[in-house]
Amino acid sequence: MALKLMPLWTLYGLARGRATTRWRGQGDEPGQAGLLGMPRFDPAKCQDGCRDCAQACLPGAIRLVAGDDGVERVKVDYGRCVVCQLCVDACPTGALTASQDWAFASRSREDLVWSRAALSEEGATLEREIRRVFGRSLHIRHVDAGSCNGCESELQALSNPYYNLHRLGVFFTASPRFADLLLVTGPVTYAMRGPLLEAFEAMPQPRFVMAAGTCAVSGGTNGGGYACGNGLEGVLPVDLYLPGCPPSPPAIIHALLMLLRRVPQRVRGGRIPPGEPPAAGRHA
Amino acid sequence: MSASPAALTMEDLAARQLPVRCRAALDAGARMQFMYAWFPEGPDTPELRYVLHPGRGEPPHLWRCRPGKESPPSLAPSAPLLSWYERETTDLCGIAFTDQPLPQPLVLLPGARAARPPLLPGPAPQLSYTPSPHPLPELAGTAPEAIQLLPFGPVRADVLESTQLAFYYLGEAILHYHPQLFFKHRGMEKRFEGLPPALGTVLAERVSGVGGVAHALAYCHAVEAAAHCEVPRRAAWLRVLLGELERLYNHLHYLGHLCHTTTLKVGEAQGKYLEERAKQINTRVSGSRLLRGLLVPGGLRREPVLAGLAADIARLQSDFQIYAGQLAATNSHLDRLISTGVLGRRLAFDQGATGPVARASGLDRDPRRDQPHGAYAELPLRVAVRDGCDAHARQQVRIEEITNSILLIRAVLEGLPEGALCAECRPAPAGEGLGWAETPRGTAYYAVHLDAGGRLRRVKIKSPSFSNWRVFPYTVHDTNMMDYAINEASFGLTVAGCDR
Repeated sequence: MALKLMPLWTLYGLARGRATTRWRGQGDEPGQAGLLGMPRFDPAKCQDGCRDCAQACLPGAIRLVAGDDGVERVKVDYGRCVVCQLCVDACPTGALTASQDWAFASRSREDLVWSRAALSEEGATLEREIRRVFGRSLHIRHVDAGSCNGCESELQALSNPYYNLHRLGVFFTASPRFADLLLVTGPVTYAMRGPLLEAFEAMPQPRFVMAAGTCAVSGGTNGGGYACGNGLEGVLPVDLYLPGCPPSPPAIIHALLMLLRRVPQRVRGGRIPPGEPPAAGRHA
Repeated sequence: MSASPAALTMEDLAARQLPVRCRAALDAGARMQFMYAWFPEGPDTPELRYVLHPGRGEPPHLWRCRPGKESPPSLAPSAPLLSWYERETTDLCGIAFTDQPLPQPLVLLPGARAARPPLLPGPAPQLSYTPSPHPLPELAGTAPEAIQLLPFGPVRADVLESTQLAFYYLGEAILHYHPQLFFKHRGMEKRFEGLPPALGTVLAERVSGVGGVAHALAYCHAVEAAAHCEVPRRAAWLRVLLGELERLYNHLHYLGHLCHTTTLKVGEAQGKYLEERAKQINTRVSGSRLLRGLLVPGGLRREPVLAGLAADIARLQSDFQIYAGQLAATNSHLDRLISTGVLGRRLAFDQGATGPVARASGLDRDPRRDQPHGAYAELPLRVAVRDGCDAHARQQVRIEEITNSILLIRAVLEGLPEGALCAECRPAPAGEGLGWAETPRGTAYYAVHLDAGGRLRRVKIKSPSFSNWRVFPYTVHDTNMMDYAINEASFGLTVAGCDR
């Protein structure tokens, strides 16, 4: 009996066929139909004096800020957005609408704040440096600095047969000594701040830091208070921000490939510009 | 259904009555559930609340005690599961209990200091923290130097939640085990204070990310109880659907992870692949892979997308049945589970085990049936119970619960009543409510107190992983290192839910 069992699993596995999907890198990855991302913002549709969205926003991603002319205007910071869609429900004019814009990874914190002018693209020197050092491979040390476990659930999903992260040359490693990237989740609790800094110090250079999930980017709904900081703000230098609550596996994959300069950043000035040509997936 | 204070029975007890009444209640077959403190009239007048279940089919019973300046007696000597709640109350509310068997801090790590107990009314200053070693037991015996100490964590290998595990071991044998939790304590209960009740749902979804539906549901039940709000029938049925979809993806992940620890590689891949398919179903239904953003006090925010769901679930079910059959027939997998991590029935009851862990130790308890919430009373609910008390029994309970969840989802889709999706839910000023829901890991309770302006004043979260982490070490002492990872996986714990 025991002899028959092992081949059974092997055959069973083979009979399932290949589950892994191709990585298209175009924001329309298979299996993500219906996945809600960051609400889109169109200030032209705002009503004067309306503050319904700001009042519905728990993490303070939407605030009213007085401009130079003294008029209060809505300011949207996607680095604080937890994708709860309450602003979309609250908005009376359609200035905020639901979208599937989840590929929201950004190299600069400023690019997560909605603005009229798109910020500049980075230079090419870093790209050459990254290719020289890492080739096409990346080793990640993940540190949970006080998440709700939602981000871990999605990070663990990266290793399932559907996403099969290893095929892209990206691996999770146990020791920070072998790690190129410190991937941090959670708002950084008072007790995890020390172990997080120790993990960073133990990493060889060059090393990169990614704030994964809204908590790590800005504290989100759970940051602040008597036991938490506001994510990596003021704790570590961040190379890559990925807001989302939690960020979905394809959003994380997009961010990791962005770090390796294998796909371009899509978000500019708090939005994914309409009509932007699809990201080129050179590795599919 | 959620229970309003009127439906619940509440008694006022003097502090000195508590130990006698506690023993009497336990002798009569009741189970203490949890306790907490709050300050209805200011920092000098704490009020203690004890929640107990008199028996199956009866709503929870409450004790209220205002000890004044006097130190209340610990009930842990007769009801050990209350010990952690008392220690947490000491840490966060500044109330010490006399005769507490283990009066060390629990939630605040060694070296953490609060200038003012954080859950006193008013703002809470940041904790100050100078990390210091954890107090660990002294070792005695003929050769204590032969015993090794392995402090593992808080940053562990792979993608795991942060917690520190201390093993005292001799070769393969674990002599003593101590999990140092609460590195992830975020002060979630305090964060609810001052919020309008509808916004609290967003927070409740993020206490334990993979139990967000059930946590938000328990929270909504509590607010609805305070508002005497009747949830429309259609919304109550759809909430069952969401809760069972959550159980489905969690239990599939559980099986995949359990196979990882028994090194059944194809079993791991298939379990996690089925979990992925369940999460993609969640996305089509709700727009969120973790089913976030639909619940609100009073009902649901919008209609979930049900088109194609019956067919999706049917495909998942047929693949799952083959998978579960394979697991049940794989000796190498079963050998590692049977007799691993034994949790006896008495221990499970006394120390407060909940959910599938309790049901695998012969405790036939499930609030979906015993204190029904939402539409469960109208639906064909089966409760999976095993008396094997080991990792295998815990796997069997989860496998049967997956089948039961699928039956419930199909029943909802077949009989879903038409009607409104949300009722107005405005809690009475200074009102209060208690709500509960069965998460994939056991029972979550939310106790909600409102201020005169209708905003949240105190929210207590009783999360199932807090209960099961207390129980878990009893199954580790005197076992061996090789079984540890399997045993931990068989409990299916989350750290976020415990630490809050």
